[in-house]
Amino acid sequence: MMCRRQLSECQHLRCSSLDTPPTMIKAILVFNNHGKPRLTKFYQYFNEEMQQQIIKETFQLVSKRDDNVCNFLEGGSLIGGADYKLIYRHYATLYFVFCVDSSESELGILDLIQVFVETLDKCFENVCELDLIFHVDKVHYILNELVMGGMVLETNMTEIITRIEDQNKLEKQEAGLAAAPARAVSAVKNMNLPQQIKDIKLPDLPAAIKDLKF
Amino acid sequence: MALRKVKGNLERMFDKNLTDLVRGIRNNKETESKYISQCMEEIKTELRQDNLAVKANAVAKLTYLQMLGYDISWAGFNIIEVMSSPKFTYKRIGYLSASQCFHQDTEVLMLTTNMIRKDLNSHNMYDSGTALTGLACFISGDLARDLANDVMTLLTSTKPYLRKKAVLLLYKVFLKFPEALRPAFPRLKEKLEDPDPGVQSAAVNVICELARKNPKNYLSLAPVFFKLMTSSTNNWMLIKIIKLFGALTPLEPRLGKKLIEPLTNLIHSTSAMSLLYECINTVIAVLISISSGMPNHNASIQLCVQKLRILIEDSDQNLKYLGLLAMSKILKTHPKSVQAHKDLVLQCLDDKDESIRLRALDLLYGMVTKKTVMEIVRRLMTHMDRAEGTMYRDELLQKIILICSQNNFQYITNFEWYVSVLVELCRMEGTQHGGLIASQLMDVAIRVVAVREFTVGQMALLLDNAHVIVGPAAARSSIAEVLYAAAWICGEFSQLLANPKATLESMVRGKVVSLPGHIQAIYVHNMLKLYAHIIATAEEEDDSEMIEEVTNLLLERLPVFVSSGDLEVQERASCIVHIVTYVQKCHKHGDKVGADLALLMTGELNPVAPKAQKKVPLPDGLDLDAWINDPPSESEEEEDDALEKEIFVKADSSYKHRKEKYEPSEEELQKLRDARRAEQASNPYYVKSSALSSPRPNHNSIQVDEIPVTAIDLNVSLKIPGMTSLDKYQVVDGWQDGGKKRHKKQKKRSKRKGQVSSSSEEEINRMHVVNTDIGEMPEGAHLSDDYEIDDRPEDDPHRALDINLDEPLSPNEVLPTRTHYEAHAQRKIESNNEAKLIPSEIPLKMKTRNKKERKEKKEKTKKVKKEEKKVKKKPSRDANLILDLIDPLKETVISDKVPVAANHINGIADAKNKEKTSDDLDFWLSKELSQTPESCMDGTTKTASPSTPSSSKDDSKSKKTKTKKEKKAKKEKDRDKPEKKLKKNEKEIDTLSRNRDEYEETNGTVTQEVEEKLAVPEPQPYSRLLAEDSHIRIVYSTAAMDGVMSEILVCIKFISQSSKPISKLQLILPDSSALKMIRTDPQSELVNLPWSLDPGESKETQLSFTAEDVTIPHKLRGSLSYIQDGSSSSSDISLRLEFPVTTFLSGKTASRATFTDLLSSGQLSARSSFTLPNCPWSFPEVLEELTLGGSLAVVECVDQTASLYGRSLHGHHVCLLVKYQASHHLTIDGKSTEGILLSNALDHLKTTLMQKQ
Repeated sequence: MMCRRQLSECQHLRCSSLDTPPTMIKAILVFNNHGKPRLTKFYQYFNEEMQQQIIKETFQLVSKRDDNVCNFLEGGSLIGGADYKLIYRHYATLYFVFCVDSSESELGILDLIQVFVETLDKCFENVCELDLIFHVDKVHYILNELVMGGMVLETNMTEIITRIEDQNKLEKQEAGLAAAPARAVSAVKNMNLPQQIKDIKLPDLPAAIKDLKF
Repeated sequence: MALRKVKGNLERMFDKNLTDLVRGIRNNKETESKYISQCMEEIKTELRQDNLAVKANAVAKLTYLQMLGYDISWAGFNIIEVMSSPKFTYKRIGYLSASQCFHQDTEVLMLTTNMIRKDLNSHNMYDSGTALTGLACFISGDLARDLANDVMTLLTSTKPYLRKKAVLLLYKVFLKFPEALRPAFPRLKEKLEDPDPGVQSAAVNVICELARKNPKNYLSLAPVFFKLMTSSTNNWMLIKIIKLFGALTPLEPRLGKKLIEPLTNLIHSTSAMSLLYECINTVIAVLISISSGMPNHNASIQLCVQKLRILIEDSDQNLKYLGLLAMSKILKTHPKSVQAHKDLVLQCLDDKDESIRLRALDLLYGMVTKKTVMEIVRRLMTHMDRAEGTMYRDELLQKIILICSQNNFQYITNFEWYVSVLVELCRMEGTQHGGLIASQLMDVAIRVVAVREFTVGQMALLLDNAHVIVGPAAARSSIAEVLYAAAWICGEFSQLLANPKATLESMVRGKVVSLPGHIQAIYVHNMLKLYAHIIATAEEEDDSEMIEEVTNLLLERLPVFVSSGDLEVQERASCIVHIVTYVQKCHKHGDKVGADLALLMTGELNPVAPKAQKKVPLPDGLDLDAWINDPPSESEEEEDDALEKEIFVKADSSYKHRKEKYEPSEEELQKLRDARRAEQASNPYYVKSSALSSPRPNHNSIQVDEIPVTAIDLNVSLKIPGMTSLDKYQVVDGWQDGGKKRHKKQKKRSKRKGQVSSSSEEEINRMHVVNTDIGEMPEGAHLSDDYEIDDRPEDDPHRALDINLDEPLSPNEVLPTRTHYEAHAQRKIESNNEAKLIPSEIPLKMKTRNKKERKEKKEKTKKVKKEEKKVKKKPSRDANLILDLIDPLKETVISDKVPVAANHINGIADAKNKEKTSDDLDFWLSKELSQTPESCMDGTTKTASPSTPSSSKDDSKSKKTKTKKEKKAKKEKDRDKPEKKLKKNEKEIDTLSRNRDEYEETNGTVTQEVEEKLAVPEPQPYSRLLAEDSHIRIVYSTAAMDGVMSEILVCIKFISQSSKPISKLQLILPDSSALKMIRTDPQSELVNLPWSLDPGESKETQLSFTAEDVTIPHKLRGSLSYIQDGSSSSSDISLRLEFPVTTFLSGKTASRATFTDLLSSGQLSARSSFTLPNCPWSFPEVLEELTLGGSLAVVECVDQTASLYGRSLHGHHVCLLVKYQASHHLTIDGKSTEGILLSNALDHLKTTLMQKQ
């Protein structure tokens, strides 16, 4: 009699189907002490609404923990399930959270977070939250050299930095001439000059030069 | 027009870039969403412009907004436009955006195939890299199929950066397009030996992940991984491999045995905590998988537990957590070892970190024994008091119940105590586990007949104090559920109630209507049960006053329920009101209906198995939709219904309480009944409700005779020796009437005292018998049915990857290439498009390449297959010709005639060898297993490593006798002339002392059977004596780890010859100028061996060396120091490791194809040869010597001629042709890419072959 009831409960607990295949690292989230996302990378598809919920839930789980407790956390209900764990580190104002499955070594992922942060530190020269706020794209490119499609790609920092610098060089090369005026403008904008400046006519470069291919 | 353009460009200058957007959002904190929607509009206009720079900027902004939760999938097409930009900068923006918002069902992905292909094949490494990274995020089934071949091409890229990414991407390709796995796997496997460590690591990563999900298909890779594990120093890779072994060992216990030692060594030597932890984890997995049959693995467990204790005691919370996690794994199989650390676990329960407390709780679950359960639960209860109002408290509650109820209450000796605990738990406010407590109460009440009375008494008290339990906080919790159980138990076992009327009164009290509907329903229903019981008793005693009182009570209170909002409550209440009215009517007439009324509720209640409902078979001819009876023309009055029920109950009372879906015929019923009775009678655990415990009228009077002997009534169970229970029960009896709480504690205390006095935990017997039957099942159904189902969810892509990889590829198994499309009409349009984009010769080229690959693969697999049956052929320099001529039929015929040394017959007579199933893996696994001191011969004696595939099961017993025999044999042998052995196994020892001539006599009498057994699947390193003194004997063997690290692996084996244990073994091996050892500590020349040798024991260690020059032989001098137990000073032996050039050769990569390629290519410029006119060895022996001692592989072997191949660690090729003529005339011709190497190798071979003379 009771057992019958238990059975029906079990059936309710059967997990719903997943949209995309499970990966070893399911998501990488960086958010600040207030839960504002600074970088989100999901290696399994969730729609935007769900992503925000996951960020929120993860923040709630992580933020209530003291700094001197362990860096592993089970029980995120939205992301993963029993096989998945949250592994995080807290640096000053930022939380770096990796959601990983059991195929990853817990201590290994902690090291990976460290590598990630140290790489950021090297690339941005004393990285702070502002760097992540304004250069989230660059942070993504850096992350892409560490983790690919949810799998650890490279853990050697020198190698990672070489790759990133190579790509930066390539980008600068491409920007070349065409970017000069844009840079000037952004410099002007950065000075926060009043809007009138918009009325000043700046010499325009022919489009041909701009779209020069390298 | 021009003006407009200029204006447009100008405006663009002031378009917001990403930084502006971010800044804007930060400046508009209050009106963020408004600001963003304004930006979205701007972005939309920007996307409409033609300029790619503008679009890229817009897409970059969109990517940022996506992070904030805005859906940007509408811009999918624009994202693709940006991805297709020729500029790396824009392309990267596009791919980033795509990887953030595309997924496999994104429709625009259809458009990307050619673009991505172009990017993958780009000259710019970073274009390809970006494409690979992006693809890994959004790859779909179609993309995987169409691009698999391009990804495969990148595997051979010259840039490690791309190879690495391509390898990782392959995993995603396999997931989406499982057909690619088999054709791609050989190449992926090659990547395990890639020169770049990053690529290697990526390949390990992918294969590990594949293997984790379908381990059985990857067992054959175990040797490769083992090699990597013992040679690699990359901790990331090691962790992956070790984790993989953890997944493989459950499938192959022999693998586990092989792993224990290297893992233990790693545990001792590594300083990396992560690696240490994974090693421990895998050792645990190994120990679990071989929990039987390994006598001395206790040491390993102790080692693990010790190391884990260190982790747990560490101040680092992470290590503490992981230590507890790993500990819980050991717990499952070796609870005893963990139980010793109970103090530690209990200490962790007080940790400030909740994760750690939860882990500790998990551990506790397995640590309880009959002896400790009470103490542990008591501690947990005190923790609960402290942890008021937290989730943790609820977790504790759940754990207490789990701990107590595990394995059908295995550890509970006293159920009264357990019921008290449950009652105590009911008082925990705000719990979500009310249902759990309730089901436990019901479970105990049903299963444990002996404490039923006690339970019923407690439940009556609970009902009486319902208002205390369902306090103001109850709304948020599920604690009211316990009332469900209480009401049910009191009703069902009403005959055990001390005062049924009082209980009935407490049930009808006003508060009940505020309970949840399903509980009210149970209340109402059990009121009837109670009522029936009271009436029946009262009628017997002619207590008409009582009858009237109770009837009126019900008729007064029930209308409240009749008007309940809950349908179930309403229905039951109105039904009962009618029954009670009917009873009242009968009583007015003076009829006695008590007995009849009680019949409504008779019948035995048994636990039902969890899957019973599902298993009820649908009888033939049953149509569930058809009317069972004709549709009722008019509603019958309920009295009739009740009467009908009575008749039914009489016919078969035990079925009364099942909800019948169909009415079986009388015959069927009888059959079912008989079957069930037979089953119950034969089940010693089945406890019948005896007449004593159930005074309710039993209608199955026949069953009384069938009560099994195990049915122990209360009196008997109390007489169990060693228990002080009688006194205690008296205390408990008193307590039932008096104050609940005070007595409970008293009781607990007295019980604990009783526990201490009992000598050992094993002797604590259960005071109560539990019905641990799995429960009732329909006839013919088994609980185990359906249990083997894959527990992965239906749509887990790994299901599709359950593919056998060892089977050779069939010709049609290739990755789809672009030419593939032309075959399909429906794909024609697409392929036409492609043709425009890409020069038409590319697909063609790819196709041919593919074909070639396929051919190679085929040949490789063929070769593997033939390893058991070696092909011998006529000598010919033109290997190509032979290749063409030979056909399988011929091969077998020829091989039949090959003479084999007779000791092979002895050696391989083992029946197991006949089984062709003994494949490479078996061989690899067994070879180390049977390694015992036998392989110790002096330097001139050639011994093959033991190679008989002996199954893991038989060796534990035979090993002991074997070692003894071997020792004996060894001593004999040392005295005798050195002899040569080709193969080893148990029986071979008997033949050891025989004269060699004897063997040769039997030459030529070999049958085909024997030939088939002559399986030399892999060249074996053979052991040479390194040093020996009166206490210890050291032999070593070398193996070139070709392709992995270009290292030489030296396996040094220490064999104790002393009668005392030898400990503190230390190797001192200074590097020479040309030969360097790979050390864990590069500063020290010392190698500490972490174990000690017991008398007669042998252990081995593996060291890796790198050599600068492999063309010349090397020597290494060193020494070994050790301490023999009992002696104060240490002894030293000097060692001399010799590395002849053949050490650096490996024949593993040999295949006929490469061999013939080599010969015909003209690369082999160096030539050399020697002749032994009077070779004392037979041809097979020579071959044996060359393959084992010389590390070469036989490529072809026909009659008395063979060609052999070996490759040095630095990639030099060595090819030998061995001709043996009847008159013991041996000629060896050699060709090589390196002259010095060849001449050194031939010199070495010559001396070893000469030594025989």
